[in-house]
Amino acid sequence: MIQKQSQRRGSFPQRAAITAAAWGIGLMAGAGVLAQTPQAYQVEQGEIRAALADAGDPVRGRAVVLSRESGNCFLCHAFPDADGAPPGNLGPEMSGVGARMNAGQLRLRVVDSARVNAQSIMPAYYRIEGLNRVAAAYRGKPLLSAQQVEDVVAYLAQLK
Amino acid sequence: MSLRRLSLGLFAALVAGTAVAQTAVRPAPLKSGIEFTGAEVRALQNDEFANPAMLWVLRGTALWTQPAGKDNRSCASCHGDATTGMKSVATHYPQIDKSSGSLINLEGRIQQCRERRQNASPLKYESEELLGLTAFVRMQSRGMPLAISIDGPARAYFERGRDFYYKRVGQMNLACAHCHQDNWGKKLGPEIISQGHGNPYPGYRLEWQTMGSLHRRFRSCLSGVRAEMLPQGAPEYLDLELYLAWRSGNLPVETPGVRR
Repeated sequence: MIQKQSQRRGSFPQRAAITAAAWGIGLMAGAGVLAQTPQAYQVEQGEIRAALADAGDPVRGRAVVLSRESGNCFLCHAFPDADGAPPGNLGPEMSGVGARMNAGQLRLRVVDSARVNAQSIMPAYYRIEGLNRVAAAYRGKPLLSAQQVEDVVAYLAQLK
Repeated sequence: MSLRRLSLGLFAALVAGTAVAQTAVRPAPLKSGIEFTGAEVRALQNDEFANPAMLWVLRGTALWTQPAGKDNRSCASCHGDATTGMKSVATHYPQIDKSSGSLINLEGRIQQCRERRQNASPLKYESEELLGLTAFVRMQSRGMPLAISIDGPARAYFERGRDFYYKRVGQMNLACAHCHQDNWGKKLGPEIISQGHGNPYPGYRLEWQTMGSLHRRFRSCLSGVRAEMLPQGAPEYLDLELYLAWRSGNLPVETPGVRR
């Protein structure tokens, strides 16, 4: 179907491809758990102590971290068990991060690292306010769902 | 809206809004993106028989002498042999167009010539024809240092381009500067982040498997941070193109470049 549309708009092959890709992502987000407005949370002394969803699953969390479609965390951070995903080095290495920080500190950093360091280049994975010119397919949606945040936190917490 | 949500929103707005006017700064030392690509890509770019972008340059070469429009004139009818007439011309773009007083890039100048001198229909921004002609003209400045002006009326465009460069955008909330000014040389997954110079464009990108304009390259980055994309030739992209050309200092034109 998409293929057919691209052909029909033959004079705009590139635009059609981009539109198709955007639709694909949009549909994925719509079908998944991303299209949820973030819930309120409380920051106390550099931590978000209360879980945002059900108890996190470290296996699912690892999948989010290594997924190109959701977390994409390995683009900036090196993980000890990344199975050969070529790590970036824009952010600190994650080996032993679970020994350096507790779950509340990890949660705040995943949710909104600007709350720790306003200059941080790390995207806020659970915030929709204060963003500029967000592409329509992603507008009003956080990068991760509350459950995905919990899963990532559970995964990071066991990197000791 | 609860008080908590309101205060969260205000905080986020404050963080996003603290962008003070940034100082324009060039990376030091200046490095063309070709230095970050690896030997294979360098070899492709430097070998005019292997460089895939040369296909578009050849197209541009043919178009240069091909009459077009109601007046049946070619580029060569006015400009003659491009190897002499167009030599170093591209190093001065983007520039202020004297007739309109506004900023124009090389693509825009070619379009203007078609409209006013050839009485021909405009070319689509990302069309093979405009890519070919632009690459052909820019290639007449290959190896020559960029030499643009940001004085006088260009200043306001330059400042807007600089502001764009430092503005956080998209769901990822990143500015151009976060990667290409503050963190060039570091690794984003398997890729080394370049300084983000426009000197190879129009150029062939292996990721695209085709030739593309600098403005298409802008769209790729903006898509990566999940920000709104503008159409090629948009005034904001022209501003950014001017800022980047200034930021590239005296780097040489590499068109037709090859990049990953």
